[in-house]
Parts: sequence; C-alpha cells; structure tokens
Amino acid sequence: MNMSRIVRTVADISFPFILIYGFYIVVHGHLTPGGGFQGGAVIATGIVLLVAAHGHEAVARQITGNLLKNAETFGLLLFIITALIAILLGQGFFTNWLANTGMLFGTPVAFGPGPGDLNTAGVIPIMNIAVGIEVLGALSIILYYMLSGAQEAR
Amino acid sequence: MFYNLPFIAVAVIAALGIVTMLLRQNLIKMIMGLSLIESAVNLFLVALGYREGGIAPIFTNAPAGEMVMPTVQAMTLTNIVIGIATTAMLLSFVMVIYRKYGTANAQYMRKLRG
Amino acid sequence: MKKAVTGAVILILCAVLMIPVLSLSFGSPAVSQGMDDYFIAHGQEQTGANNIVTGIVFDYRGFDTLGEATVLFTAVLAVGLVFRKLKRGEEYEYE
Repeated sequence: MNMSRIVRTVADISFPFILIYGFYIVVHGHLTPGGGFQGGAVIATGIVLLVAAHGHEAVARQITGNLLKNAETFGLLLFIITALIAILLGQGFFTNWLANTGMLFGTPVAFGPGPGDLNTAGVIPIMNIAVGIEVLGALSIILYYMLSGAQEAR
Repeated sequence: MFYNLPFIAVAVIAALGIVTMLLRQNLIKMIMGLSLIESAVNLFLVALGYREGGIAPIFTNAPAGEMVMPTVQAMTLTNIVIGIATTAMLLSFVMVIYRKYGTANAQYMRKLRG
Repeated sequence: MKKAVTGAVILILCAVLMIPVLSLSFGSPAVSQGMDDYFIAHGQEQTGANNIVTGIVFDYRGFDTLGEATVLFTAVLAVGLVFRKLKRGEEYEYE
C-alpha cells in the first residue's frame, strides 16, 4: 500500500515541522493554549501522516511498536514519580513542590497579564512533557494495533 | 431566539446521537452516535462556562477584561481524552464481534450460542 | 415508513431537549462561580502558570489527570489484548 511519489515526498518534508510544532505546544503548555494532551495528539498525527503515505510496514521498521510502548510507559512513570516526590519532601500528593522556589521552573510570577516566562510554573512543565510523551505513545500504538488487525483480516 | 444558539445546537446534536444509537443496527454507526453525544456534551460544557464578553483564561499578553470559567474547559479536556480511549476500545470489540459472527449488524447476533 | 419513524423520533427528542435549553441563557452562567473566580484570582500566583486551564488540569485537579492517564493506558492494554499476535497454528477462542 504505497501512495504516489508526490504524497510520500510531501509527507517526508512536513513531518519534522509537525514534530517541532507538537513539541512547541507541549513545552509552552503553561504559557499559551495547549498542553501535554494536545501536543501529543499533534505528534501522533504526524505519525498517522507517515503511515498513510508509506504504509504500515515501512513505518513500523523505523518507528517500532516497542519504542512507542516504552514511550507510553515512561511518560506515565515520569508523571507518577513527579507527583510522588512531593510526598518525600513532606508535602501532599500532587503538591506543586517546585513553584515559587527560585530553582528550575521556579521563578515567581506576579498576578496580571504579562509576556510570560518559560522558567515558571513548577512541576507543570515536567508533567506536560510526561503526559505529552504518554499520549504520543498511546495514540500511535492504538493505530498500530488496529492496522495490524486490519491486515490480518484481509 | 438566537441568544442561546449554542445550547440549541447541543440539543439537536444530542438528539441525533440518541436516535442513531437507538434506531441503527450497524454497530459502527451506533459508535458514531456515541461520538455525537460526546461532542454534544463537550459543546455543552464549553458553552456553559462562557461569560458575556469574556476572554480565554490565559494571562500571556492578555487584554484587560473578564475571563470565562476555566474549570469546565479542564473537564472538557478530560472528556475528550476519555472519549478517544472508549472509542478505540469499542471499535476493537466490534472487530472481535465481526470475526466471530461475520457481520457487524446487531440483529444477527442476538441469539446466545452455548 | 422507517424514515417517518426516524423523523418523528428526532422531532420528539428535540422538543423534549428544548425544555431545559430554553431555561438557560448563553453568556451569563446560572451556576455557582466562586471556584472559578478563585482560580482566576489566585491560580497565577499559586502555580506560576499563565495558562489557568493547564494550572487546573495538572495542579488543582491532578488526581483527575492521573485517572485520565490511567484510562488511556488501560485502553491501550485492552486494544493490545484484542489485536495480539497469535502463535503459529493458534486459533481465536471466543467462549
């Protein structure tokens, strides 16, 4: 199942831009509209584009299912560990233990509209990245499973 | 009449979804009806939190003014992701049913096979 | 006949669902707004995030997001079980 050369070339060219846009949405989740779920869905859309252009087998040789499965597990683990560290520090589960401390992601912000600083918001950027990795893996692996089932039934 | 057009749209979409789930016999079309109801719920939540003349609840370079309610938008985000998960699960179950019965029509899979 | 039944059911359902719709008014929410006003007034200082929705999703309602991520993980597990690779010569068993 191969599309024409034009479709394959355009998909190859636009895939890195989709990837960068998705990562931008994930990393800037606490400043602009977006976040982990939306950015992960955008990156998964890029993988869907590759699969539509090149076919399932050719893409699965480069981006293997095991890689996506590991990405999903790693994202969920990072999310839970980030929440659990707050307990080790003597605070409650899911406390924002990095906000307003002056460390990484810890610059205090004043109330009101402003230009926005990437180095704020405590654990929220870390959780955004974790959830982004998880959603990217989950949506792509669901697509892979369904495609393998469709090929088997043919 | 048109002061609450979004809510009227919610009612129409939800009615179409319920009718699709009740009167169609193809399982895939029933899942489409479920997705329509999900969309109606999302639209209802977002429309419920709108305040007159409000802006999005984001402070980056925001103009002055009242902001719309943020909690319902967070709930909508949760709802979308869970909708994706349930839709994927239902579609794969339809695939299993199709493998066993050879059809996706709900009328032919009523009888119990021991 | 079938189309007439479908159209009648759609009309009746729309009419029933219009009853609560007409009591709502778009633009002025009829629900309690204290929690949302608190999030807008204090969310930026407490979490440091300019985007209040992200602040709610990942900080105030973190448990909700944990459950959501778990639901997604479980769905992936279920789909993977349904479409698992069969061993050589193995057939699907349904009962």
